[in-house]
Amino acid sequence: MNAPNPIRAWDSRRQGRQRRLERAASLGFERRIATPRIKELLEAVIEPRDRVCLEGNNQKQADFLSEALADCNPERLHDLHMVQSVLALASHVDLFERGIASKLDFSFSGPQGGRLARLVQDRQIEIGAIHTYLELFGRYFVDLTPNVCLIAAQAVDAAGNLYTGPNTEDTPAIVEATAFKGGIVIAQVNELVDKLPRVDVPADWVDFYVVAPRPNYIEPLFTRDPAQITDVQVLMAMMALKGIYAEYGVKRLNHGIGFDTAAIELLLPTYATELGLKGKICTHWALNPHPTLIPAIESGCVESIHSFGSEVGMENYIAARSDIFFTGADGSMRSNRAFSQTAGLYACDMFIGSTLQIDLAGNSSTATLGRITGFGGAPNMGSDPHGRRHASPAWLKAGREAGGPDAIRGRKLVVQMVETFREHMAPVFVEELDAWKLKESMGMDLPPIMIYGDDVTHIVTEEGIANLLLCRTPEEREQAIRGVAGFTPVGMARDRKMVEQLRQRGIIRRAEDLGIDPRRANRDLLAARSVKDLVRWSGGLYAPPTRFRNW
Amino acid sequence: MENLEFRFTAHPARPAAGAALCGVVGSGNMEILIRPGDEADACTVSIKTSARGFGKIWEAVIADFASRHPVGGTRIAINDMGATPAVVTLRLAQALGDYTGGAQ
Repeated sequence: MNAPNPIRAWDSRRQGRQRRLERAASLGFERRIATPRIKELLEAVIEPRDRVCLEGNNQKQADFLSEALADCNPERLHDLHMVQSVLALASHVDLFERGIASKLDFSFSGPQGGRLARLVQDRQIEIGAIHTYLELFGRYFVDLTPNVCLIAAQAVDAAGNLYTGPNTEDTPAIVEATAFKGGIVIAQVNELVDKLPRVDVPADWVDFYVVAPRPNYIEPLFTRDPAQITDVQVLMAMMALKGIYAEYGVKRLNHGIGFDTAAIELLLPTYATELGLKGKICTHWALNPHPTLIPAIESGCVESIHSFGSEVGMENYIAARSDIFFTGADGSMRSNRAFSQTAGLYACDMFIGSTLQIDLAGNSSTATLGRITGFGGAPNMGSDPHGRRHASPAWLKAGREAGGPDAIRGRKLVVQMVETFREHMAPVFVEELDAWKLKESMGMDLPPIMIYGDDVTHIVTEEGIANLLLCRTPEEREQAIRGVAGFTPVGMARDRKMVEQLRQRGIIRRAEDLGIDPRRANRDLLAARSVKDLVRWSGGLYAPPTRFRNW
Repeated sequence: MENLEFRFTAHPARPAAGAALCGVVGSGNMEILIRPGDEADACTVSIKTSARGFGKIWEAVIADFASRHPVGGTRIAINDMGATPAVVTLRLAQALGDYTGGAQ
């Protein structure tokens, strides 16, 4: 018998953790860190080449810790491997420009997309991969487990328990992966209180906390002012409701964040109710608390909403509608991005959202030249989960349209809703996505396609609805897409005869085929036409951020 | 500003009103007026637009509309402030709906 290998240590991560904690202790640090000493702590517990998770999504940001890390000495801290949901703040990019971090695995970069692309071209950053949220969270528990995580919470008590408030978002996933694999958890909090409203993260999972000099930043990303919704968007919303929601009886769904889907939300109490759809569609949601859903909730159209995060100004409204939203015993919302994304992937029958470009195979992308924007959660919601086993009428109908009456699985409805031209007459429908050029110029393994064409079931434009489930050949699919692509070059190059045949077969449906009078496509059909209307619908519970108050 | 003039043959419209006005002159929007024209099987269109260089698309949008709807015997005037083809098509349909009392 061979003796076990005596050299292999089986607790090196725990030892590493101990080493870091001892360094911190030797400098006099206890659990509560004095605000001015945060850099000193970070330099003590983080080591070069560490994998560091910086919390920040498109809403809540650990902005103070991010700035502190970016201000650290690059001779002490360098070659960090950042793993984070979103690259949104200037300080996130500063980390790479200042040589503190060198590698990045992430999901979404929104506003920093341009700077990120330049860093890649200048070889100042190595991108591991661009993920969906669930994919990235999954990897935190497999091969991207953080050594240190820097998170944000609303409040802490003296023992170190954390209260995240309504914007729990990514915190549980990050802390779970770090705290239970020998990592160090550092939290920035807005305030230290005697008694927390509720405990979202228990104290023994948290190593250090610091009271930030200002509350963490939260972006009101999901507020769409109804005043900006156009008549064309109302027309498209009417078509979607009649041609898809009603047709499939879609009860469980997720909406994108654009004005197109905001228009649908505002037609639920009016047009959809008039069609007799109340209670038959849109009852259960995986959705952030969109203010534009208030009229539908108040009209009794909605039964349940689980949220990825909260939305600025919606706190009191949510607390007062606990039958609808998930709330803690304290009354305030409990969000959780990982669970809501899972719900969006597996428990919803439809995703509907917008995009910037669609090609002839139905692939869609929000990547444009010179910007690496990433995906966020759209590909989780906007994909058909082949592992799904439970049936629903919508899922079965879609599956049978695609696979015939003997289909052994259903299909999620994945709907792209776009006007054929964006601003400045940029066509949405293109022969080739910019994603392919981006792949070349950035040296990526894959083009950054947001939603794969073979997952897309319907495309809605002002010209009509294309049902791709019913297409039987790639040629039919291409002509179905051209047939709703309007007067873009792609649309003008349609085979008119074939498009007319597709229309006879119900694969393409125009407003008139759906019995929609274009004269009703008017903003007057919206349940709310301004943010002030939303406040009124909420009985004064919704408190919109200042930038949305124009009265 | 650019002025565009088009003429299309089309099946005659059945007017229910003397004229129909639709839309507003605002950014990304347009105003359209439909009145009786001189020829029963043709539609004449005059467009004043703030966006230059889109004559081809205007022609395609209106030709497509005239082939899908009976618009013969009408004279259409458009004041445009950069409306997209989506807006143009919707406003044409709305104005024609008003002009014909919904019968198309």
